[in-house]
Amino acid sequence: MSTATHVHEEHHEGPASGLTRWLFTTNHKDIGTLYLLFSLLMFFIGGTMALVIRAELFEPGLQIVEPYFFNQMTTMHALIMIFGAVMPAFVGLANWLLPMMIGAPDMALPRMNNWSFWILPFAFTLLLSTLFMQGGGPAGGWTMYPPLVLQMGAAFPFVIFSVHLMGMSSIMGAINVIATILNMRAPGMNLLKMPLFVWTWLITAFLLIAVMPVLAGAVTMLLTDKFFGTSFFNAAGGGDPVMFQHIFWFFGHPEVYIMILPAFGVVSQIIPTFARKPLFGYSSMVYATASIAFLSFIVWAHHMFTVGMPLGGELFFMYATMLIAVPTGVKVFNWVSTMWKGSMTFETPMLFAIAFVILFTIGGFSGLMLAMTPADFQYQDTYFVVAHFHYVLVPGAVFSIMAAVYYWLPKWTGHMYDEKLGKIHFWLSVIGVNLLFFPMHFLGLAGMPRRIPDYALQFTGFNEIATYGAFLFGFSQLLFVYIVFKTIRGGQKATSQVWEGAEGLEWTLSSPPPYHSFETAPVVK
Amino acid sequence: MTQAHGGYYVPHGSRWPIIGSVGLFLFMIGFANLLNGHGSFWMVIGGATIIVMLFGWFGTVIHESETGLYNDQVDHSFRWGMGWFIFSEVMFFAAFFGALFYAREYAVPWLGGESHFLTHDLLWPNYDMAWPTNGPGDVGGSFEPMEAWGLPAINTLILLSSGVTVTWAHWGLKENKRDQLIWGLAATVGLGVLFLILQGVEYSHAMHEYNLTLHSGIYGSTFFMLTGFHGLHVTLGAIMLAVMLLRSIRGHFSAHRHFAFEAAAWYWHFVDIVWLGLFIFVYWL
Repeated sequence: MSTATHVHEEHHEGPASGLTRWLFTTNHKDIGTLYLLFSLLMFFIGGTMALVIRAELFEPGLQIVEPYFFNQMTTMHALIMIFGAVMPAFVGLANWLLPMMIGAPDMALPRMNNWSFWILPFAFTLLLSTLFMQGGGPAGGWTMYPPLVLQMGAAFPFVIFSVHLMGMSSIMGAINVIATILNMRAPGMNLLKMPLFVWTWLITAFLLIAVMPVLAGAVTMLLTDKFFGTSFFNAAGGGDPVMFQHIFWFFGHPEVYIMILPAFGVVSQIIPTFARKPLFGYSSMVYATASIAFLSFIVWAHHMFTVGMPLGGELFFMYATMLIAVPTGVKVFNWVSTMWKGSMTFETPMLFAIAFVILFTIGGFSGLMLAMTPADFQYQDTYFVVAHFHYVLVPGAVFSIMAAVYYWLPKWTGHMYDEKLGKIHFWLSVIGVNLLFFPMHFLGLAGMPRRIPDYALQFTGFNEIATYGAFLFGFSQLLFVYIVFKTIRGGQKATSQVWEGAEGLEWTLSSPPPYHSFETAPVVK
Repeated sequence: MTQAHGGYYVPHGSRWPIIGSVGLFLFMIGFANLLNGHGSFWMVIGGATIIVMLFGWFGTVIHESETGLYNDQVDHSFRWGMGWFIFSEVMFFAAFFGALFYAREYAVPWLGGESHFLTHDLLWPNYDMAWPTNGPGDVGGSFEPMEAWGLPAINTLILLSSGVTVTWAHWGLKENKRDQLIWGLAATVGLGVLFLILQGVEYSHAMHEYNLTLHSGIYGSTFFMLTGFHGLHVTLGAIMLAVMLLRSIRGHFSAHRHFAFEAAAWYWHFVDIVWLGLFIFVYWL
């Protein structure tokens, strides 16, 4: 890690040394690094669980794990990837980039920033420890539907409390992001001059503050139903298990956008740089992001079309869901138009960004299919759903995170990464991910249910392809780790601007940037 | 030890967050152990750690504030921070209000046969829709619901009055009338404590005379969870205001710079408004 000694500054104060630097830090870059490394660790833990799942599914029949352990793997894989890998990665990017992009020295509330990170390792220790408890870890799916979830063993309260901790961390992180964006911008940086990554994070932070407390409420009701005799989800007492699904998905659907809006922001930064053209339709991008955020609050029940809702509800949630295609289409159109007639080059970040646009759109299309109530009756709980949300989350959110790392790593470390290895990593990833998830569409349409360790013989072929893809994709990520750490340790010196077409305040700072990004505010014209 | 960076204020590293994390971690392990029937030792240790953290962290911030380290920009960051924190609290209550509305508008009528759902016909054909209810299984045994126009109405008056007294205290602070500030705050804290005592009396009535407990089906669940979490928040708000009272007596705050006071007052108005929602939808309608 570079120590950013900036002799030309008046204040020679750099980072503290040793372990306390990381434990007590209030520096946005240190905290961003912690978030990103934590996310990487969780990505590999959750990924290992995914490989256990894919290994078991390589052939029909039970080969490697017990069905109950398989169920723990599917549940934990989801919780870890969502709350441990994707969300912290975006918060890490926000920490590193927001102050540099808006011309500030640091985040608005630096001590709380430290706390929102340092809750996470404890939360995930709590969650992972449940795998070793009597009765095992959570196995009823990450959605924690009652009454099934209430049958969990000793792990139950630990899972609930780890979710509470993750929620506290996210809320504090989001409050910090909003306070930073609204209060720390350099003079002249009015709202409609902010880079799109800043805009998407502003809206994401709002979503986080609005829905994480609702998840906290939902799991609290589970806790009291189990231990304090309440009847929220007990029909005999006048409650309703379906009510949990409504409350959960009121959180859960905006959560989906929490994981993709910052990805939109990343891609909207990268494509203009390598197309050497300004972003097409900047303000329509902002309005589209805001529209998606608004719509995310009124579509939750499309996750539960088959649960038994009145017809009016089915229709409302179907039409509202389809409306999301409009602002999303605006975004895809703008990305393509940005590239149109640009003088494009295809460095690794750009490759990941283009793959994002194409593959995320495939995930969007399958989402549109799932949005149609009558069709969804067929698709519900099949591998088609698994294919859909993995397309938006892996070549969607995860690819955007990798694009972001390649794009800003030279700025963070002061070194260029190895372009050749980066491209190899990209091609291995993009081939692996499509081998892994594309066959799942066919499996789902043919009727293979999700969350089972065994399947009928006719599904074998596509499952084998998916498992090959999973191992290819999974092991290619070791190359990613190698490239990142190699870049941290050395390499060709990066210039301040790094990329020929890069624009924005972060590129006016040295590479690596000074410890306190902007000690005097730049003036934005 | 703090540094000014250009016009900005960036605080130095702090050990309090990590202490808070350890405290939370131990508290939650302890609470989970307690629920699993293994005693509360770690919960107490964790709780004590969190309290130490709160004293240390807020102590540092108060010290920095009183020595004039904070500029307008820091003040604004605190304002945004507190405002959005209160919004998150609103959404937490929204989850429980949502459960109440869903139960009253959908779950209970459907159990009572007002739809094409089969739970009524197949499981509980004799159940008639009603509110309040403990459900078709008569969970927790028969009970009596709370009356709106007894103690709850008095409590409404008490909380609304406390909203007036805290505003009166704020006027005093802004005009440098320290006596008005201190007496206004003392009255507010007093009214808050009175509210909590009366809630305790009401809970005691509910449990001992009305047989109304957390076990009383969906009515008991929503009633006690909503009023219970509200009571917890009143307790928090009262503690915040009590700290402001002590700081006022020690001569903290100036007529122009007193965001800590305002933050506590905002929080107090928030619990006040939540109570109005409770009074209307839980007790009255």
